[in-house]
Amino acid sequence: MSDVAGSGAPGDVYRFTTAERWVHRCTSTLMLTAIASAAFLYVPELAEMVGRRLLLVTVHEWSGILLPVPLALGLFFKGVRADLTELNRFGPQDKGWVWRAIRRGTGFAGPAGKFNAGQKLYAAVIAGLVVVMVGTGLMMWFTSLAPLNLRTGASYVHDWLALLIGILVIGHIRMAVRDPESRHGMRTGRVSRTWARREHPLWEAELPKREPED
Amino acid sequence: MDKDGGATGADPGDEHGKLPGKPVGRRVVLGVTALGALGVAFGAQIENGLNGVLASISSKDPTGLTGLLPGGDGFQFYNVASSLPYRSDTDYRLTVDGLVDRPATYTLADLQALPQTRLVKDVQCVTGWRVPNTEFGGVLLSQLLDAAGVKPEGKALRFTCFDGVYSESLTLDEARRPDVMVAHQMDNAPVTRDHGGPVRLYVAPMYFYKSAKWLSGITVTDRVITGYWENYGYDVEAWVGKSNGRSGDVPIDGE
Repeated sequence: MSDVAGSGAPGDVYRFTTAERWVHRCTSTLMLTAIASAAFLYVPELAEMVGRRLLLVTVHEWSGILLPVPLALGLFFKGVRADLTELNRFGPQDKGWVWRAIRRGTGFAGPAGKFNAGQKLYAAVIAGLVVVMVGTGLMMWFTSLAPLNLRTGASYVHDWLALLIGILVIGHIRMAVRDPESRHGMRTGRVSRTWARREHPLWEAELPKREPED
Repeated sequence: MDKDGGATGADPGDEHGKLPGKPVGRRVVLGVTALGALGVAFGAQIENGLNGVLASISSKDPTGLTGLLPGGDGFQFYNVASSLPYRSDTDYRLTVDGLVDRPATYTLADLQALPQTRLVKDVQCVTGWRVPNTEFGGVLLSQLLDAAGVKPEGKALRFTCFDGVYSESLTLDEARRPDVMVAHQMDNAPVTRDHGGPVRLYVAPMYFYKSAKWLSGITVTDRVITGYWENYGYDVEAWVGKSNGRSGDVPIDGE
């Protein structure tokens, strides 16, 4: 937990705690496992290639049901809770931010706090989708839970939302690919002051002017 | 560790429960969850309504990508073995043995030479997806049983498949129903390899896992020997109408 303080260039600022980075790491591993196993269960060409339905079903069920666990455990850590609050709350700067980002690009959508409105919205939508996917997934896993017409509804919702999650996650990864320093921040917990000023100026302005020397 | 959290947790109002901004994130999470619940409640109707639209779109789509969209009257491909099983039409054999007077082996041509039956019914998967009005053609299972002559101690059937893994079961009474057949035709064409061809079982009144694909063996047994999915907790008696909700799909003889 102390690696954040021990490394990094002098101009760096803390962005993510160790707990937060582990929540992200575990959640993304589970999410990618669930998506990959889903593809091999659903897309006929892939399913025909590998067969082994029971194994794939088991991998998919468990990676899916475990998805909320890293965040739930993360709630024991102050840094995770603080950033959840950040993600939850939309301030005046967030109003219309997504709309401006769509029209003019994220660099011209106005200043953002620690998270911009797009990141906040992504987090909330994915969180809601995971709730729905776990619920509908359980209905298909334990087929005696619900009558057939609800199960039909559940698998229909599960299939369409899987498509939506796929698109959202691809978009999320695309954003990360285009911004190496944001990936560095998620990997090490630290970002440069200039990056913070450029991408999250309202957050940067609130940070202490210099890192304490301890 | 806490410094970034504390530093970014906005103004001191935090401690007094007066947080800045609106809790949009929470509203979005609850909203998505509520929409998901609505989708579960009405998904079956929505799917029925949209299927025609989707099917007509994907019939005009040369890439075939829209065929992957959920719904659209599509089958989903299931295979429990490690590779896609294959028997050519000429290599195919179906054996009938066990507690019978006259064990037999049928080629595909033998099956085609027997009196043929057609059934047009819905295919219903236990997880919820369904394909309405699917036509299966082939030989009633009862005909094969009559030809083999089931001994008095024969009470059930065990089905085995040339994928080497899958198996299924029926009681003798279920097997003799007029909507249970050994099918080699589906929608007026030979059953394809993906759909369990050249010959598969079709048990119309039950969930589709009872309709074993790549059927290669029928053995008459003195008791029900549970099949592949049944060993993982699925119902042996997998009636679609009875298990729940589907009023429009009453078994042929009232069951």
